[in-house]
Amino acid sequence: MAMRTPLKNVRYLGSAKEGSDHFWKQRLTAVSNFFLAIFLVWLIASLAGADYATVKQKLANPLIALGLLGLVLSGTIHMRLGMQTIIEDYVHEEGLKVAALMLNTFFAIFIAVVSIFSVLKLSFGA
Amino acid sequence: MQATSERSVRPERPLSPHLQIYTPLINMVMSILHRITGATLYVGSLLLAWWLVAAATGPDYYNYVAGVFASWPGKIVLLGYTWVLMHHLLGGLRHLLWDTGAGYDLKTIDILCWGSLAGSLLLTALIWIGVAASGVL
Repeated sequence: MAMRTPLKNVRYLGSAKEGSDHFWKQRLTAVSNFFLAIFLVWLIASLAGADYATVKQKLANPLIALGLLGLVLSGTIHMRLGMQTIIEDYVHEEGLKVAALMLNTFFAIFIAVVSIFSVLKLSFGA
Repeated sequence: MQATSERSVRPERPLSPHLQIYTPLINMVMSILHRITGATLYVGSLLLAWWLVAAATGPDYYNYVAGVFASWPGKIVLLGYTWVLMHHLLGGLRHLLWDTGAGYDLKTIDILCWGSLAGSLLLTALIWIGVAASGVL
């Protein structure tokens, strides 16, 4: 049985050099999300009640598609980081925590790939 | 050694005060709401993905999904989504300001918190009035 504390194991190894990475990416994507969320609200408001042909044409517009791709990228990174913090705050059982963190990443990637594929299909597909 | 072997039985020590002991203050409520709205938007990302998938699938499926969003329950969800998004957006701005170290005196904290709460309601109302004015609702 190891008699040393976890602190003893890591002492003098220096930092992991990624201490501010999570913090910084959260803020970076927060700033991009601010503009992209306004774009999304405008887009949805302008397409509310529109028929399919109009929606398809608008979503296939390169500028709209680029905005949506930016939003999906920025949004899913931001929401993954945010949910990671929530999980780390409330789930203390190690196995459950690791599983939740994995599911969190899978969910964010799922949303991202499904959305990006749809936008690309609208842009390039038949 | 005896002291360590008895450690498996946890002694009844007093716990530090937690949420239930404090009078809710606006900054505390808004902080909790920021986390709740963030988690809600996390789940709500499914709605955006669903809408995009529907648009990419074809007219029949798009009309079905658009019909779900246009129904009364759908509208209530979207109204809630709008407020949650505005709340998290303005809360995010507040936190970015606080990240710079500014705005930490008590009066400013109150103004920022009440202001972002009022702002989120106002923006939600404006967005929906705007959509209603276009004759869609």
